[in-house]
Amino acid sequence: MAGKSTALRDRLTAGTPAPPATRAGMPPLVRHLLLALAALAVIVALTFVVDPFTNVRLATVGYYLIAVAGLTLLTGFNGQVSLGHGAFMFIGAYTVALLVLHVPSLPFWADLLLAAAASGVAGTLAGAAAARLHGPYLAGATLALAVGLPAVTQRFPELLGGSNGLAFTVNSRPAALAGTIPTPQWQAWVVWTTVLLALVVLANLTRSRFGRTLRAVRDDEVSAELAGIHIGRTKILAFVLSAVCGGLAGGLQAFLLGTAAPGSFTPVLSLSLLAAMVLGGIGSMWGALWGALALVYFQAWSEDLTHALELGTDIANNLPLAVYGVVLIVVVLAFPQGIQGGVRALRTRLSRLRRTEEGHR
Amino acid sequence: MNGFLALTVNGVATGAVYAALGLSLVIIYRATRVINFAQPALALISTYLAYSVNKATGSYWLAFAVALVAGAILGALTERLLIRPLRNRTELSPVIVTLGLLMVLQAVAGMIWTNEPQSFPYAFDFRGMFSSSNLFTVLVVLGTAAGIGLLFRFTALGLRLRAAAFKPEVARMLGVRVGLMLTVGWALAAAVGALAGLLATPPFLFPTVLDGVFVYALTAAVIGGLDNPAGTVLGGFAVGIGLSYVSGYLGPELVTVAALAILVLVLALRPNGLFGHAVARRV
Repeated sequence: MAGKSTALRDRLTAGTPAPPATRAGMPPLVRHLLLALAALAVIVALTFVVDPFTNVRLATVGYYLIAVAGLTLLTGFNGQVSLGHGAFMFIGAYTVALLVLHVPSLPFWADLLLAAAASGVAGTLAGAAAARLHGPYLAGATLALAVGLPAVTQRFPELLGGSNGLAFTVNSRPAALAGTIPTPQWQAWVVWTTVLLALVVLANLTRSRFGRTLRAVRDDEVSAELAGIHIGRTKILAFVLSAVCGGLAGGLQAFLLGTAAPGSFTPVLSLSLLAAMVLGGIGSMWGALWGALALVYFQAWSEDLTHALELGTDIANNLPLAVYGVVLIVVVLAFPQGIQGGVRALRTRLSRLRRTEEGHR
Repeated sequence: MNGFLALTVNGVATGAVYAALGLSLVIIYRATRVINFAQPALALISTYLAYSVNKATGSYWLAFAVALVAGAILGALTERLLIRPLRNRTELSPVIVTLGLLMVLQAVAGMIWTNEPQSFPYAFDFRGMFSSSNLFTVLVVLGTAAGIGLLFRFTALGLRLRAAAFKPEVARMLGVRVGLMLTVGWALAAAVGALAGLLATPPFLFPTVLDGVFVYALTAAVIGGLDNPAGTVLGGFAVGIGLSYVSGYLGPELVTVAALAILVLVLALRPNGLFGHAVARRV
């Protein structure tokens, strides 16, 4: 795809680039774990200096990040389009809600694991269907999932709370921290620890043999099959992994908000996840971070803008949706590589600059 | 109202609407291999314009005409401004751009006409088991489908449209203005989409009113083979009747999930749709 050809061009024009020496010698898993630890340290430090409101926002970025990262694995690395990833968040959120309400003795991490497992099962079903569909067919089927699934809550109002959804409180904070650490701060820690762990797994997978298999299937199914890759199994596995990420995101959202309601999982959610992925840059896990940040801050800015300009509620309610839509169109038409593409170009230019300087010396 | 006959009749009327919107997807898919995810939004804006015209003038039929013309213009603009620059891009690009347009137009509709439901009139009396409005819907959709079939098969314009869609290089050499034909195809499709919007919307119009209809129309088009207008019309009626039974016997909340199940089942058994194969051979 386009990203690859630019990378190739950069490599050709830049002469023979030195292999990234800093990365040599350290196994990816160790490097990713260290990176995650560093990131967690930064975030924990950050939670102490910012106000509670920003702590909630920080946690929001976290759960969007893992949802978008899952979508990146599916679409960016494996070439399958999903317009229904909000449905997996829905499953994750409702699993956590039901467990907290009906099995209160379970610890929260077990709730989260079960939420991930439930989405994984749903992802297996969706993936098995998806493996036979491609392009527009898959897009249509996943869109139907996003439109249809939230309505199931109306079907079982006693269990799922109808259109009001379920409300609950998660008591996950250890007693020792109860007096000292405020809730939003603790929530941000829980969310980011989960997200970073999941990201380590994802980052490792995408760099492994499995990652190459994913990309081989994306780039050319026939050649991949000739090379002995089981296409269907690979596609299903990609779907399951990304559904698990979606489920985790939904579970974390439920944890953060203390509610699970069908109104939070409209098709717009699925489409904004897609918008975030496209904006961040489809082919890269870093893109997921930019996308998640954009998702949260577009919302925040449009709220600020509404207050500042005193826009009417009709405009204010629809502003984020309009922004996501415009972003999708502009990015695809003008910057198909997204933000991460820009970051990459900047880095290439900087390293080229450095090399020419060294040459002059 | 839950009698078998009532459900069937109701299914025929809603199925006609799915057939119309499905038809608009198929016309575009045949010409450009793009699924226009913005189709419900183009129809939505057209229907809102009809709503405003109807409110201002009191004339349903003037509003009806305005919606069709507005639909055609919106379709042509979409092709020219958004889809044409994406030639030679990946399959994903038009999907994302049309989704972006869907979001923008839904938001714009909400900004101008609010997210609250507005009452939107039926063409004729809608009371009774098979009302005049139902009859009108079925007749208009069948008439439109037949008209499009005749246009494609028996007119010079139809021949050019088909040539531009299937063999653009050859068509260009023979003097067909391929670009213009693509624009005409989009305009035509979006006008049919606007028609579907007018027929699907009553009694209430709100920005997400066509989301479900779109999913069912897509199901109809996929069952029909995405390439086959006649199959899509049949698919539309089949989906309409099938979902009417689901709604009546199992519950209206399960209709979208049922549509998804039908979609997946059909594609798993016949990846090109139920009627997909014959057409590939004919053309």
